Amino acid sequence: MSSILDSKTPEGPLADKWQNFKANEKLVNPANKRKFKVIVVGTGLAGASAAATLAELGYQVDAFTFHDSPRRAHSIAAQGGINAAKNYRGDGDSVHRLFYDTIKGGDFRSRESNVHRLAEVSVNIIDQMVAQGVPFAREYGGMLDNRSFGGAQVSRTFYARGQTGQQLLLGAYQQLARQIGQGGVRLFNRSELVDVVVIEGRAAGIVVRDLMTGELSSHSAHAVVLATGGYGNAFFLSTNAMACNVTAAWRAHKRGAFFANPCYTQIHPTCIPQSDDFQSKLTLMSESLRNDGRVWVPKVAGDNREPHLIPEDERDYYLERLYPSFGNLAPRDISSRAAKRAVDAGQGVGLKRNGVYLDFGEAIGRLGRDTVAERYGNLFDMYERITGENPYDVPMRIYPASHYTMGGLWVDYELMTTIPGLYAAGEANFSDHGANRLGASALMQGLSDGYFVLPYTISNYLSEWLNKSVPDTSHPEFAKVENEARDRYNRFASVGGTRSPDWFHRELGKIIWDYCGMERTEAGLEKALGEIPALYEEFKKDLRVTGGTDGLNQTLEKAGRVEDFFELGMLMCRDALDRKESCGGHFRAEYQTEEGEALRDDDNFAHVAAWENTGDPMAPNRHVEDLVYEEVHFQTRSYK
Amino acid sequence: MTNTLKNLTLKVWRQDGPNTSGSFETHTIEEITDEASFLEMIDILNERLIEDGKEAIVFDHDCREGICGTCSLMINGQAHGPERGTATCQLHMRKFSSGDTIVIEPWRASAFPIIRDLMVDRSSFDRIVEAGGYITAATGGAPDANLIPVPKPVSDAAMDAAQCIGCGACVAACPNGAANLFTAAKITHLNLLPQGQAERYSRAEDMVETMDSYFGSCTNHGECEAACPKEISIDVIALMNADYRKAKVQNRKQLSRT
Repeated sequence: MSSILDSKTPEGPLADKWQNFKANEKLVNPANKRKFKVIVVGTGLAGASAAATLAELGYQVDAFTFHDSPRRAHSIAAQGGINAAKNYRGDGDSVHRLFYDTIKGGDFRSRESNVHRLAEVSVNIIDQMVAQGVPFAREYGGMLDNRSFGGAQVSRTFYARGQTGQQLLLGAYQQLARQIGQGGVRLFNRSELVDVVVIEGRAAGIVVRDLMTGELSSHSAHAVVLATGGYGNAFFLSTNAMACNVTAAWRAHKRGAFFANPCYTQIHPTCIPQSDDFQSKLTLMSESLRNDGRVWVPKVAGDNREPHLIPEDERDYYLERLYPSFGNLAPRDISSRAAKRAVDAGQGVGLKRNGVYLDFGEAIGRLGRDTVAERYGNLFDMYERITGENPYDVPMRIYPASHYTMGGLWVDYELMTTIPGLYAAGEANFSDHGANRLGASALMQGLSDGYFVLPYTISNYLSEWLNKSVPDTSHPEFAKVENEARDRYNRFASVGGTRSPDWFHRELGKIIWDYCGMERTEAGLEKALGEIPALYEEFKKDLRVTGGTDGLNQTLEKAGRVEDFFELGMLMCRDALDRKESCGGHFRAEYQTEEGEALRDDDNFAHVAAWENTGDPMAPNRHVEDLVYEEVHFQTRSYK
Repeated sequence: MTNTLKNLTLKVWRQDGPNTSGSFETHTIEEITDEASFLEMIDILNERLIEDGKEAIVFDHDCREGICGTCSLMINGQAHGPERGTATCQLHMRKFSSGDTIVIEPWRASAFPIIRDLMVDRSSFDRIVEAGGYITAATGGAPDANLIPVPKPVSDAAMDAAQCIGCGACVAACPNGAANLFTAAKITHLNLLPQGQAERYSRAEDMVETMDSYFGSCTNHGECEAACPKEISIDVIALMNADYRKAKVQNRKQLSRT
C-alpha cells in the first residue's frame, strides 16, 4: 500500500535509531535560539515540560492555558504512577522489556521506533523528576520504591502515594514557573485556543479567546506545539476533567492535520459506577488498587446478598480465573470487557447492579489495615466521600469508564503533524500506545515528549528558518481566521433555541458510549452515524446560549467545545466502522475468538488510519501508514 | 442508601465584575438525591437558568476529584463547606438535610479579586511560586535518581506538604487573608529534601517576601489548617518562619557548613 505519510523513522537498528537521529539532526546554536519563537498550547505534563525546556534552551516561548493557572491541567489527576525501565528491583526489567510490553499492550498497533525511544528515555524522566524534588515513595534505606501495574510482570512503576500525576505536574509546573519568573516564558492564562493559522502550508500561529474578556487575539510563531490532551469527554461521562476537550486538535485537523486512530479509546476498568442520570463525571480509582484488591462478582446472577454474606465458593474471581498469569493485573481493555460481560450477564452488584467488587478483605488480612491505608488511604477516603461507603469494611464497587484516548493527531517520529511546524505532544498525539495504553505510561509519554523528545526534534525544523522571515499577525490570514472564530461564537449566541450545550453533550455522549464504547458492531456504528448528524442538526437549530459573546461566558465556551465533539464523534464511529478487526480498546463484536478475546487482522489492518478532513465531517479521506515491525513479531496477545 | 433532599434554599452571590457591586440571589431546589455532588446541584440549577433564558452562575471547577484545586466556594461561611479535608467538588449532598438554607459565596480575600459571581483571580499564588517555588534543575543533566537517597521519614514529610492543591481555601478562611499555609507548604516540601538545599534560604526569602506583597499577615488563628482540603498542618508555617529568619542572617557562602 502506498502512503503519503512519511514517518521519518531514522535509519539503523531499532535500538540505535534515537541515537542516530540525535547524531544527525540539525541544531540551532545557542545565540540563534533566541531568534525563534515557539507557541506551546496546554500546560499539562507535556506542555509544561516542553515550554520550560525550550525556554531553558533559549527559545522565546509563549505558553497558553485555558485554566487560571498552569498547575490545573488534568495530568494532575493521574493517580497510580509512572513507568521507567530502571530495573531497580533487579527483577528482569530492561529498556527492551518495557518497549516490548508497551508494543504488546498496544496490541501491535503502535509505531515501533517511537515506542522504543519512549522506553529509552523513561529512565531519564525519573532522574529529572527526582532532581526537581518530586517526592516519590521511598524505602527505609532512602532508595526509590516501585509497584506493579497492569500488563507487566516486573515492578517498574514509580509513585508518590496515590497522587503521582499531581507531584509530577507540580514538578513540571515549577520548572515552567521558574522560566516565567525569569522571563523565558510568557504565560497567557485563561486563554483558549480557538483556531490554528496555516499560511503557505506551514503553521504560522494561533488565534485564542481570552476567556475573561471574550476578546480574540492572534499570535504568530516559528512553530506551534499542541499539548492539549485527549478527547475522552466525547463520551460526556468520563474520568476527564469537566473542561477537557478536543478543540485544539480538532481545529488543527480542520486546517489540514491528519487525525489518527480516533476509534482507539481507553475504557478504564476501575471507576466508581454511575449513580444518577445527571451525574457530571465519573471518578477513577487507580489501577494500582489491583495490586492488592481482588475483583469478583457473585457466581449467580441476581444474587442480592450483602457481599460479606456471600461465601468464597459462591464468588467468581473472574480475572484470576480467566487470566491466571496476570490475574487482577490484566491490562485495562481486557479487564474492562470482562467486567462488562459480568454485568451484562446479570452478575452486577450495587443498587443499580452496574458494578463489580474490588475487595480488599484478603489484603487487609494479609498486610494489616495500616499498610493498606498507607498504600491507598487517599483513594479509600475519596471513594467514601463519593459513595458514602467505607472500603475498609465493604468491598468497593467499580465499573469501566472512558479514561484516555490513544488516538490523536498523527505525528511523525519528530512529533510533527502533517502541517509543517505544527507539533503534537502527550495525549494529543497518537504515537506511542497503539490500540491500548498500559497503566502508568501516560505520565511517561507526556514527560518524554516534553522534556526529552521535542526539545531535540524541533531544532531540526527551526534550523531551516534561521534568518528567514515568517508571517506575523499583520498577515491577512490571521484577521480572516479571527473573523471566522468571531462568526462562530456569534452563531452560537444567536441560535436562540431551547437546549443548553450540556444537554446536547450528554445526548451525544450517550450515542457514542452505546455504539462506539466498549463493544462496537457494524449495525451499531451505522446507527450512530445516522444519529450523530441528526443531533448535530438539532444542535444548530435548538441550542441556547444565554449571555453575550463579550466577556466571560462559560456557556458559550462549552458550546464551542461541544460542536467539535460532534464532528469528532462522527470520525470516531467512521474509524471504528472501517477497522474491521478487534484490537486493544477497539472491540468489534464480529471479530472475536471463540473465547471472546479480540481477534486482530494483521494482514489487512496492521496500519495506522490517518484521516484527512475534506470539509464534510461525514466523508473524510482515510490514509494509512503501514506499521513495519523490524524487531517484534506479531503475536496473539495473551495474558492467560 | 439513597435519600432525597427536599426544599433547599440557595442564596448565591452574583456579581457582574470586579468593580461592580454584587448581591445574593435566592433559588429553590425542590428535590435532589443525596448521591449528587454539591457542584452537580449547581449544574442542575444552571441548566434550569439557561432554559429560563437567564445567565448561568459562573464558578470555577474542573477535575471534580479534589486534586486540581480549581473549585472554590464559601459554603455557609466555610471554605469548601462543612466536610473536613474535602474540596467543594467532592462534597456530596448527603452532608445536608431537607429544608436547609445554603449560602454560597466566592473566596473572600482582597488578594483574590472577584472576577464574576463565584469566580476569583488567584494568580498571586503563581507569582509566589515563580519567585522561588522550584529547584533549579535544567533538563538533561540529572544524576541517577538513586544517587540521592532520601530517608523515608523526610520523603513522607515532604510529600505531606507537597499535597497542597493551591485552591486558596487557607487564604479564604484566614481572618487576615494570609497565604502562609500555601507558601509554607511549598517551602517545606522543597526545603526538607536534599535536592532543595542549595536554594533553601534564597527560596524562603524570595517566596515569603513575594507573599507579603500580596497577602495579609499570619497571626496564628489556625483557620487555614481547618479549611485545608488536604489537611496540611500549620507546622509547615513554623518551618517556613525558621528558614526565613535564618535566611536573613545566613552567610550563603557557608551554606554547606550548616
